[in-house]
Amino acid sequence: MAMHQPIHDALAAPAVKLGRAIVITSGKGGVGKTTTTANLGTALAARGARVALVDADVGLRNLDIVLGLESRVKYHVLDVLEGKVTLDEALVPDKHSETLVLLAAAQSREKEEVETEQMRALIARLRERFDFVLIDCPAGIELGFRNAIVGADEAIVVCTPEVSAVRDVDRVVGLLGNRFKPQLIINRLRPQLVKKGKMLSVEDVNAILRLPLLGVIADEPEIIITTNKGEPLALRQDGETASAYHAIAARVAGEDVPAPAPLLKESFVDKLGSFFGGRRA
Amino acid sequence: MIDWIKKFFGAPSSSSTAKERLRLVLMTDHLALGPDIVENMKRDLIDVISRYVEVDRDKVEVSFEREDRALAMLANIPIVSVSRPSPPPAPPDPPANGGAPPRRRRRKKPPAQNPAAAH
Repeated sequence: MAMHQPIHDALAAPAVKLGRAIVITSGKGGVGKTTTTANLGTALAARGARVALVDADVGLRNLDIVLGLESRVKYHVLDVLEGKVTLDEALVPDKHSETLVLLAAAQSREKEEVETEQMRALIARLRERFDFVLIDCPAGIELGFRNAIVGADEAIVVCTPEVSAVRDVDRVVGLLGNRFKPQLIINRLRPQLVKKGKMLSVEDVNAILRLPLLGVIADEPEIIITTNKGEPLALRQDGETASAYHAIAARVAGEDVPAPAPLLKESFVDKLGSFFGGRRA
Repeated sequence: MIDWIKKFFGAPSSSSTAKERLRLVLMTDHLALGPDIVENMKRDLIDVISRYVEVDRDKVEVSFEREDRALAMLANIPIVSVSRPSPPPAPPDPPANGGAPPRRRRRKKPPAQNPAAAH
């Protein structure tokens, strides 16, 4: 694929083989699905891939905000499904990444208006034009969830180190079944709390979920700040958290990237502490 | 510092509490059985085993363990005696009293286990 191909060319030239449709889901709300979708899309686009982000959270759209595109959204998924506008007209080119587009969710309609089969067809059309179609799934496991997963052939589950989030991911993975080959991103980890035994660790979470680990994102203020500005953190190349997103994108793209580095190196004092039996599993 | 001292003396950290809660809640989720069903299952299990050996009802423990994404039910049932506690009733003797129905002895249940006795 050409690096930084202008978006109109990208749309005009159909991909030789179908792109990959990946749903980003979690079951529980508020774990960072939308932020993850925006950053993963940005990081994939930085690698030169053509990426379409689809907001499947009808009625509660947010992906446009995280990307800073809210003022550019004119049409949404339902307008396309109803034939009011063409798909090309509804795709919003990203401000920062040339090969990234957004298909926004409807904001003011009823969720029930999107039909599952229509969503399947829409995602199939996007797969003909883009290398990656990332679908931002709404919270819950009802119709919105079914509409979000219907066109996807892979899933990324986002989980925070909390009992409720792990339980919900476990449930969602059960609902997804084997077809989606779910992979895990652990989000909002606070290494200092893990170290003190006050937060579930990556190992604790994945001892239960047992999923291929795509990466771990720490709970960093810069994620909040970049979200405030509508500029995904993955636009940067430097910094630990931005690098973590780029490593996740590389793994998604099939690159053999070493396993995520431990977020916190043990200091001498920590080792001393564990020697005296202070730490527990 | 207080945390450290607590840890040193073995007070459970909140993350281990979280782990344990998660373990239990997922077990129930995967079983798709409520706690009352598990309790009934345990009672039936004891009843069946009791036909063959005498068990200590109060010390029976039933737990669930998972391996990978599969779940196993583990029952720890202490056996008090290998002789059958109450052999099945012998076939009734031929009537000796001229056709009156034979009287069969019934095992008396302790009142606490008889729901009807509560009313």
